Amino acid sequence: MVFEPTTLITMLLAAFFGLFVGAVPGLTATMATALLVPVTFFMAPIPAVAAIVTATAMAIFSGDIPGCLLRIPGTPASAAYTDEAYALTRKGQAEMALGAGLVFSAVGGLFGTVVLIIAAPALAEFALNFSSFEYFWLVLLGLTCAVFITSEAPIKGVVTLLLGLLVTCVGLDNPAGFPRFTFGNAEVMGGIGMIPLMIGMFAISELIRYVVDTSPPAEMVVEKVGSILAGQWALAKKYPLQVLRGSTLGTAVGALPGAGADIAAWISYAMSKKFSKEPQKFGTGHIEGIVESGSANNSALAGAWIPALVFGIPGDSITAIVIGVLYMKNMNPGPTLFTTNPQNIYAVFLLFILANLLMIPLGLLCIKVVRRILKVPRNVLMPLILLFCIVGTFAINNSLFQVGVMLAAGVVAWLLEANHFPVAPAILGVVLGGMLEENFITSMIKADGDFGVFFERPIAAGLAVLTFVVWFLPPLLKALRGRRPAVPV
Amino acid sequence: RGWRQRAGQAWVAWDAWVRSPRHLLALAMLLGSVVFYLLAADHLGFLITSSLLLTALFLVLRVPPWRALPIAVVATLVVHFAFYQLLRVPLPWGLLQGVAW
Repeated sequence: MVFEPTTLITMLLAAFFGLFVGAVPGLTATMATALLVPVTFFMAPIPAVAAIVTATAMAIFSGDIPGCLLRIPGTPASAAYTDEAYALTRKGQAEMALGAGLVFSAVGGLFGTVVLIIAAPALAEFALNFSSFEYFWLVLLGLTCAVFITSEAPIKGVVTLLLGLLVTCVGLDNPAGFPRFTFGNAEVMGGIGMIPLMIGMFAISELIRYVVDTSPPAEMVVEKVGSILAGQWALAKKYPLQVLRGSTLGTAVGALPGAGADIAAWISYAMSKKFSKEPQKFGTGHIEGIVESGSANNSALAGAWIPALVFGIPGDSITAIVIGVLYMKNMNPGPTLFTTNPQNIYAVFLLFILANLLMIPLGLLCIKVVRRILKVPRNVLMPLILLFCIVGTFAINNSLFQVGVMLAAGVVAWLLEANHFPVAPAILGVVLGGMLEENFITSMIKADGDFGVFFERPIAAGLAVLTFVVWFLPPLLKALRGRRPAVPV
Repeated sequence: RGWRQRAGQAWVAWDAWVRSPRHLLALAMLLGSVVFYLLAADHLGFLITSSLLLTALFLVLRVPPWRALPIAVVATLVVHFAFYQLLRVPLPWGLLQGVAW
């Protein structure tokens, strides 16, 4: 299935699309996925997944390029080491920075893929023991994780989470089949579409941010870039621990619901600096941080698919959109995906490997032509993207109402993010709200209304304890710390 | 980070773009164009609505007029072809119902 011509051509086209989107500042990898959805809607499942996997892998790498040459990250995932890369360019070592970004992105991606291939089936087998009780606690744990990891102020995360949960309440699609918040409107009865919401939140909000951006256009520093791959093997031999640490951290962070490539890159860069033998060099143009966080953000992409495939819980915003696509293609995520149609899963694994291998030749090509990419006038590009969003959203359900939803979602997401409210909990609330309620009601029906049954089964009890620990440990620690007298520093 | 700390600060802090009439206009046009599409597409038809929409946005984003209109029309036709012919999405014909293909 993977090596059919349609799939391969789709992958190639998606790769160019991803490279382009990643390289243009203001277009993000999540936006690329959101824009691909109306197109993949009409494809068979495997080419659809292939398109998304390839496009995102390329985009996360190519975001490094403008960061290095213009000091503007192409995607948020590259923001952690943009300054570092730019400093290297100023020192005349642009090709080393770009090469490191390229090679170690591919390496990180492959590492994450290996973890995915090993962990997902093993986890799926474990998940076969899961019943509605376990799923309830797991979803709750996932939502909790998203709130606490992605926000500077958890209260803001809780607000957006509740907003997302509220949105998902709308419609007929609940265990009682009772129309909620429909106001008698037939369009709303099907619920507020998840895909228009995503397109709005990720594409429209970026467009709004572009339009109100008052910063002056950036100048490119370097004219010519030398040989990219030279010296990369030496780097790999010099920093093997960094590559391993970055990839592992990236995969782990990616697997956590709500935390994706950008958070993985930030945490990884901070860790790299902390454990480095030369921390004072960070920020002046030191390649070590780029090696580590470059592999982290690409491995996070693969890691995010682990909970997405096994439980249907998205590891990051990209997989949140992918889950929607999988449901549309009848490839419902969950352990049954591994048992009833394993060839689909093996196809996905192969796709990941291929995409990451493809990154090196195509990435090299991209670096060569990046100056032409960056010359594409964004004031022409953005309105075209807007049109594509409008028509694409309309195409999913032939519904203008969804286009309105898209617009509203975009405005709300922009306002939220401008005020430092994290959007990730809202996305998870929308994607997981239905699952949370369904499992709760099913469990309650099974338990005849006895809430104690939620703690009877061992796995359920374990997950419950974990959830409560995450909820109550931080405030508890804070209170305990307050008791001790302040120590003068 | 609590109420007391923020007592002295204003309740609303405006970003730089609010003071620039050009950016305000651009934002209004961006949002307005989607609303325009929602209201007018069925009546005027996709081709006309989209060309107007794109041209207006190009002009407000300072694309030179001699480039704005042709790109808008070409892009509209390309998108129409892709979605109507290839993907069979029923984009409204509106006023151009007579010359529909």
